[in-house]
Amino acid sequence: MDAAIHIDNVHKHYGSLHALKGMSLTIEKGEFFGLLGPNGAGKSTLINIIAGLTRMDSGQVSVMGQDVVSNYRQSRRRIGVVPQELVYDPFFSVREILQIQAGYFGKGKQSTGWIDSLLEGLKLTDKADANMRTLSGGMKRRVLIAQALVHKPDVVILDEPTAGVDVELRSSLWEFVKALHNDGHTIVLTTHYLEEAESLCQRIAIINHGKLVALDSKESLLARGVGMTCAVSVTLAEPLNNIPDDLLTKIKSVDGEKIEFILNRGTDNIMSLVDCLRDLGAEILDLRTEDADLEDVFMELTGQRST
Amino acid sequence: MNWEGMYTLYYKELKRFGKVALQTIMAPIVTALLYLLVFSHVLEQHVRIYDNVSYTAFLIPGLMMMSIIQNAFANSSSSLIQSKVSGNIVFVLLTPLSYFEFYLAFLLASITRGLAVGLGIFLVAMLFVSLPLHNVVWLLLFSIVSSAVLGSLGIIAGIWAEKFDHMAGFQNFIIMPLSFLSGVFYSIHSLPEFWQSVSKFNPFFYMIDGFRFGFFGVSDVNPVFSFIVVILIWLMLGWFTLAILKSGYKLRD
Repeated sequence: MDAAIHIDNVHKHYGSLHALKGMSLTIEKGEFFGLLGPNGAGKSTLINIIAGLTRMDSGQVSVMGQDVVSNYRQSRRRIGVVPQELVYDPFFSVREILQIQAGYFGKGKQSTGWIDSLLEGLKLTDKADANMRTLSGGMKRRVLIAQALVHKPDVVILDEPTAGVDVELRSSLWEFVKALHNDGHTIVLTTHYLEEAESLCQRIAIINHGKLVALDSKESLLARGVGMTCAVSVTLAEPLNNIPDDLLTKIKSVDGEKIEFILNRGTDNIMSLVDCLRDLGAEILDLRTEDADLEDVFMELTGQRST
Repeated sequence: MNWEGMYTLYYKELKRFGKVALQTIMAPIVTALLYLLVFSHVLEQHVRIYDNVSYTAFLIPGLMMMSIIQNAFANSSSSLIQSKVSGNIVFVLLTPLSYFEFYLAFLLASITRGLAVGLGIFLVAMLFVSLPLHNVVWLLLFSIVSSAVLGSLGIIAGIWAEKFDHMAGFQNFIIMPLSFLSGVFYSIHSLPEFWQSVSKFNPFFYMIDGFRFGFFGVSDVNPVFSFIVVILIWLMLGWFTLAILKSGYKLRD
């Protein structure tokens, strides 16, 4: 596959802060790609550099083969960005905003039909002539998505698109984005909602302190998580006293009769745990294992819990 | 050139001030007419600056040009600071518009608003006073280039300012004093020699004096000289504006 976005050794400083430390990354055409990281990790800086909103100190970035600096006109035609903040121009209606945005890309006159399709797809048709100020937060978010798509870009970047959005809208947004992906668009998603990345993305990059700490398929990352942090939840008939030290180190939490263990798949196994508990005289009422989720991987790789 | 993109940005700027025309067009016209009524009432019988030109007639070109330049400045500066503060500037920065197209669109919108306000004042003032039109070409040249100077200055201010307070400072401590002290209400020949010399360092003086020549055929300094001064200031400010737009200063950090 060819690269939709190619990032090569990108550095960016803000004063003394080294926001991106030699970031290199390739996102293939047609991928649904997740970009994860805690606040301040450098996600937004990276996206802004790809979109041309921020200038890198050194390195090279291209979108669909077009350099974002030397061939910025072409690269910006190929990319649509849904910003994180709910920003809008209060002077205009939804339709005016979309017509103006298409016009910037030289597609004003030919976009009428496409704008109608976008309004319909995003359930905004009845709000087409409403001023942006009068729309709810969720509707404003949908207008932002329409604005990013109005010039028919190949690559769509969604920067935390569901932050502060209710569950119902979130689900309808993802249906729309999945349909875009099925139509052949490359989707890049940054999110704090790890379950979103887990359910949608094919490959995931995790960045922290301006560095890439993991880049792999979702399955591989999850497998890494399973190997490192397999969670076993045990409910006993009675609380356990006098737990030996080698078992104590494996306990994540104790809540009365319920104990959560974290096992290393390489060195521990569940049957040994069960035997150990029985040897201590415990009666096991319930035992559950949980697959690792991306949050575990995220925590493990970045050393902190996401919010 | 992305002509359609540039035209769209220009059109958007026109629509932006057109949607609040009461504030952007009508209010400056009413303010200028209030100045005209008050000053002409008080000074008409006491001041005569040029032979055969009443003080009220003398006042009108100055008020027109003062409003043209103040509104040209206000157009680009307020649009940019509002877009920056609200964050919607991002929708322009994400597009394939070049810094030059960005500049031209904002500049043309400033000139358009300046001319619209100037024409409005002229039409309403004509109801009260008959004004001669000595040379329409000079009028157009001075009003367009002066709007361009202030439109450029407005872009610089809009990019530099980080909050509305910065913009108010720019407007109240630079634009207003320079425009009030540029000979709108008087001829610099009526000033003491020292203040005449000081006035000649005020670029707004040349805009107003040259513009007034277009109406009456008389001026404090040669209009060709005034025009050269105004053009040179525009070239300098235009170059500086393009340089900061190209650098991405405060827009593409």
